[in-house]
Amino acid sequence: MIHLASYFVVGVLFALGLGMGGMTDPHRVQGFLDIFGDWDPSLAFVMMGAVCLHVVTYRFIRKRATPMISAHWHIPERKDLNAKLIGGSLMFGAGWGLAGYCPGPALTSLTSLDMNIFIFVGCMILGMITFSFVDRFLTCRNPKNPMA
Amino acid sequence: MLLWNGRVTGISGILNGALHFKKNDWLWRVLFVAGLIAGGFILKAIWPETIMNQSTRAPIYLAVAGWLVGFGTVMGSGCTSGHGVCGLSRLSIRSFLATLSFMVMGIVMVAAMRKLGVF
Repeated sequence: MIHLASYFVVGVLFALGLGMGGMTDPHRVQGFLDIFGDWDPSLAFVMMGAVCLHVVTYRFIRKRATPMISAHWHIPERKDLNAKLIGGSLMFGAGWGLAGYCPGPALTSLTSLDMNIFIFVGCMILGMITFSFVDRFLTCRNPKNPMA
Repeated sequence: MLLWNGRVTGISGILNGALHFKKNDWLWRVLFVAGLIAGGFILKAIWPETIMNQSTRAPIYLAVAGWLVGFGTVMGSGCTSGHGVCGLSRLSIRSFLATLSFMVMGIVMVAAMRKLGVF
């Protein structure tokens, strides 16, 4: 029970951080990506602040034998660099630049009840489902496909 | 998240997992997403300017962009939070490359929109 509640609390805190940092404003995000135009570097500080803080806290937290609530660590361990990682990230970057939303701020922004954000989140979920179909199809056809 | 539950906070991965029901690996994801949305309501109540300034683009942009973000983040195993913040902090090479890719592509996209006069 407490561990389930903790996920909700983290979600709320995360959303507050996104809002205060300016990530829920797509104009700010696009201004940050607009380095050849009217560049607004403020989000670089939000990102660098988050990374700097997490570099330090990550080291300290990982010194513990286990997390406080969960019995195990669930840290990504993959090290392989492949076309899927880069290709997917390029597609994500294109969408991010086009609309100014990444997944977290998009979900938090749903509360604006703006039509555009519902379209974005709907299509984002559709994109995720599309990928799992494509991925399953490729894996079925060629289990050794390095792309799959 | 890390200190309490031992997980990295990657929104796209959490949301994608919430779309495919798996016993014992589903409810926490839904609750986290519910928390993100609940946080949005708090923001709206306290600082409405953080939430109410939404995109004014034509809906087709949002539809295409949303699809790209959904497909791309699952294919590339992460987004701004998972690769950009958690991954870089863990000094992961995968995340470094992914972050570089999506930052460069985002910059190129905005520059291209400017060039075409649609920004």
